[in-house]
Amino acid sequence: MDSRVYDIIIIGGGPAGLTAGIYAARANMRTLLLESAFQPSLITITNEVENYPGFPEGITGPELVERLAEQARRFGLEIEQADVTSLTRGPGQDTPNWRVSAGQDDYETLAVIVATGADHARLGVPGEEEFGGRGVSYCATCDGPFFRDSELVVVGGGDTAVQEALFLTKFARKVTLVHRRDRLRAAGVLKDRAQVNPKIAFAWNAVVEEIQGTTAVTGVRLKDVSTGQIRQLACEGVFVFTGYVPHTELLQGLARMDTQGYLIVDDHMQTSVPGIFACGDCTRKLLRQVVTACGDGATAAFAAGLYVDGLKGQSYDSPNNNISE
Amino acid sequence: MALDQLVDNPDAPLEITDGNIDAAITKYPFMVVDCWAPWCGPCRMLGPIVDNLARTQQGAIVFGKLNVDDNRDTASRYGIRSIPNLLIFKDGQKVGDIIGAMPEDKLLTKINTFK
Repeated sequence: MDSRVYDIIIIGGGPAGLTAGIYAARANMRTLLLESAFQPSLITITNEVENYPGFPEGITGPELVERLAEQARRFGLEIEQADVTSLTRGPGQDTPNWRVSAGQDDYETLAVIVATGADHARLGVPGEEEFGGRGVSYCATCDGPFFRDSELVVVGGGDTAVQEALFLTKFARKVTLVHRRDRLRAAGVLKDRAQVNPKIAFAWNAVVEEIQGTTAVTGVRLKDVSTGQIRQLACEGVFVFTGYVPHTELLQGLARMDTQGYLIVDDHMQTSVPGIFACGDCTRKLLRQVVTACGDGATAAFAAGLYVDGLKGQSYDSPNNNISE
Repeated sequence: MALDQLVDNPDAPLEITDGNIDAAITKYPFMVVDCWAPWCGPCRMLGPIVDNLARTQQGAIVFGKLNVDDNRDTASRYGIRSIPNLLIFKDGQKVGDIIGAMPEDKLLTKINTFK
């Protein structure tokens, strides 16, 4: 066999991909993990993860990912920085192999685990793109410290929005949480903390219609969704946490997705295409958290291992064997 | 691994601070300063790309790195609101900036549009 043929290639270096890497490498699968060189896992821009089991004192996102990578390397996982550009069957239509291309580099593998994650959704309003990095931000950890003693707007009402709003009060004078509903969706403890924080104000039933500024952000135009009333709110920064869009362009036309682009997987984390597994934030699921990403990653690696053993005719107890014999 | 002296024709990024930035952008006719911080995930991804460009673009573009935690004057003087942020200087003047991490080839193309 060609030395560049892997048993499993994992695409994505967040908690789902790295956990799949730990399990696959530890099961002696020849495994390569390809991580993007410029689109980091969302967890690496998360300041504090306080609900990951086993870390009662909390842990920062970058540190958690660093630890997962160290643990995976310990079991022999190869990790390379490469942005995957295509996933095709190859070298011929009849082979079970997949060809993963990243720019000039091609890799071959028997199974693929897609753990490409998701990105923060954009608001899609005027001014958002123009002032990106000039007051508009999707990363409180990265950009919060540049807003000392400023007035900020945080858009969203879920866990991420509330958690990041709380974090931003370390720097800002005032944080206004703009939410389209009349109450927060965020979990109890976060909600309680936000409601008693003197620096946090709420703009209920409101959406941002426009982000305004000159060379940097100076304010937002808010619309009350119940009355239609428009008002101005001065601020120096707008932090957007309104949801996610999955990174699944690679699988477009190949594997089944829901209308939002999340990959549909079965209980083996297999997509609609045999040999392509998926785990973590890029899949359709109820709860997108580090702990569920890790769980999915373990299942995907185990299932991909069974699949690879089956292809090699080495399966211990696979249904494929029973049928073919 | 940044160089702490403003050497001629460097092949690695220079350590830029509030104290030496004016001297650096005056000395080098075309300079790119990567403003970063240790707590910034995307900055860690861009770091090795900048190191590599400093080597491959030696003689054409001089690169520097500025830690915004330790050098807040420069960060506020240039109105930095987001990192990673690459400040582009031509003949001592800021002519543009590039915000956010991106692949090496795309970054180099963007830098060269300011030349």
